[in-house]
Amino acid sequence: MTPQSGGIDVFIGTVRDATKGKTVRRLEFEAYEPMAIKEMHKIADDAFSKWPVQKLLIHHRTGVLEVGEVPVIIVVSCAHRDAAFEACRYVIDTLKQTVPIWKKEIFEDGEVWVAAHP
Amino acid sequence: MKVNVLAFGIAKDIFGGSSVEVELPANGTTQNLKQSLEERYPRLKHLISYMVAVNNEYASDEGLLTERDEIAIIPPVSGG
Repeated sequence: MTPQSGGIDVFIGTVRDATKGKTVRRLEFEAYEPMAIKEMHKIADDAFSKWPVQKLLIHHRTGVLEVGEVPVIIVVSCAHRDAAFEACRYVIDTLKQTVPIWKKEIFEDGEVWVAAHP
Repeated sequence: MKVNVLAFGIAKDIFGGSSVEVELPANGTTQNLKQSLEERYPRLKHLISYMVAVNNEYASDEGLLTERDEIAIIPPVSGG
């Protein structure tokens, strides 16, 4: 934050224990790291240009994550809360659409790359 | 020309490895690469969609490729 900040919005993504009624044992994340970082910078630049953002953090883990662990954190500070909420939502929503990171769900009886097939 | 193509996520399973070499005509495009890969790996066509990245940027189908480019297949992303 900065002395001018009036609020900090934080989004913390956590590993859920089920998807579409199936028990998830753990998730595995893989990233195309140089491109993922580049795309994250683009999202941050967009957020700074669309809202009066003061500070912004994007964090994403890779590797194996157990239920309850934290794959993603977005933090945005602004002078006022409206901009902070909107920018925070923009960053997580866009990250999910453009950043080359992939999630594999591991079930009791198999595994699947999320969103790969219709 | 011969290009090296990196694979991530489900593309790695489809290719059976983290990269493959593909022979393309000189002045080959992203579209040529996709066609060649889909012939070799028909499972690629079953994905919802996939993109090609060239030097860490999403590439258009008409974009020209060179042997020096870093090329990657980007299946539907699912971070977050």
